[in-house]
Amino acid sequence: MDNDLTQATADYAVRLGDDALILGHRLSEWCSRGPFMEEDLALTNVALDYIGRARMFLGYAAQLRGGECTEDTLAYQRDCREFTNLLINELPRGDFAFTMVRQYLLDEHSLLFLDQLGRSSDSELAAIAGKAIKESRYHQRRSREWMLRLGDGTEESQRRLQNALDDLWGYTPELFLMDELETALYELGIAVDRAALQAPWQAAVHSVFSETAVTVPSGGWEVVGGRTGYHTEHLGHLLSDLQFVQRAYPGCQW
Amino acid sequence: MVNTQPCVSGSTIPLLPHEEYERRQRRAQSSHPELWCVLDAVKDPEIPVISIWELGVLQNIEREGETVVVTITPTYSGCPAMDVIREEIATALTTAGYGQHRVLTQLSPAWSSTWMDDDARARLQAYGIAAPVAGDVRSDPACPHCGSVEVRSISEFGSTACKALFQCLDCREPFDYFKSF
Ligand SMILES: [Zn+2]
Repeated sequence: MDNDLTQATADYAVRLGDDALILGHRLSEWCSRGPFMEEDLALTNVALDYIGRARMFLGYAAQLRGGECTEDTLAYQRDCREFTNLLINELPRGDFAFTMVRQYLLDEHSLLFLDQLGRSSDSELAAIAGKAIKESRYHQRRSREWMLRLGDGTEESQRRLQNALDDLWGYTPELFLMDELETALYELGIAVDRAALQAPWQAAVHSVFSETAVTVPSGGWEVVGGRTGYHTEHLGHLLSDLQFVQRAYPGCQW
Repeated sequence: MVNTQPCVSGSTIPLLPHEEYERRQRRAQSSHPELWCVLDAVKDPEIPVISIWELGVLQNIEREGETVVVTITPTYSGCPAMDVIREEIATALTTAGYGQHRVLTQLSPAWSSTWMDDDARARLQAYGIAAPVAGDVRSDPACPHCGSVEVRSISEFGSTACKALFQCLDCREPFDYFKSF
């Protein structure tokens, strides 16, 4: 690989690692706060899968970047503007319905995305995707079930489900946005064509919506910016927690 | 029964997954079988009746001059047991007199619960954990305590990422299920 391509691939791996790290952190916030014990275990296990996924992507990016870069410097020593995760991952965990609706929307996306990334000409990205998709199948099975349970539940669970979907909907278009970097890597067979995932994703989520009482939001608004480092005000607060120890005791190890 | 033939498409006889056949061949044809025996002592820290070889985590052992190079594959990407396993491999090799070693992590082929052989599955059952049900991720396991198939799922995720929680409707005992993955 020539140097420009190596760096572009590293940037791509950082994006995917940031998505996993930030969502994994949000899920980990449920530890000891789950609605009941089994659900507490499930949320934190899914969080762990995402942290593992982040380590694989960021570790690979660090290896490509070389020098002093490690998965830890990427996770703990960058500031908001350097994070490139999609905005939907950083939104506060909200109530249980919000967490599960976000998870469901992202799980359906992950299944499509990782299936494609598994065919990447970059063998390391393909291997990570091959590993992660097996976990996402379990995640989706559970989040889909929660969509149906909340949708079939009480007036309150339906209201919370609907509110969550309304609040999240405008963050979903960013999942399908291609930019110069990803387009160039896609043309080389490395990256996934996100735009092509939109139709099958819509079909999957609409089929679940149709089994519940929710009304599909009409859209009309969208927020983007994560890939260029323009984040919501929530990311800084998240990082102050995630990076606390390294900021208080730089370089600390245990 | 454990078959040692690679997969043949169109066959109806249950055969080993191809990658598992190759893994067993690497051990069978290794020019330093004693190293594999050393690492048979390294167990999964969360399921101490199964070795990392039986679990399918241990992929290969090679020698580069004086250095022993061990290749492992993670069960789940965030599995915290992997760090412990790496340390225990190092300790086992050092104790056996192999001071120079390196542990590599390989992601592909992605780990599968189908790599576990019948003997390891039996020990898992005896330990009180239902062994993975072959094939369908949606099939329910039988109770490892009384053998009943009348069970209910309590949680998709148990005490570790690789397990789910079930309860037996006959003997009423809850049990861990090592998920088909
Ligand atoms: Zn029983």
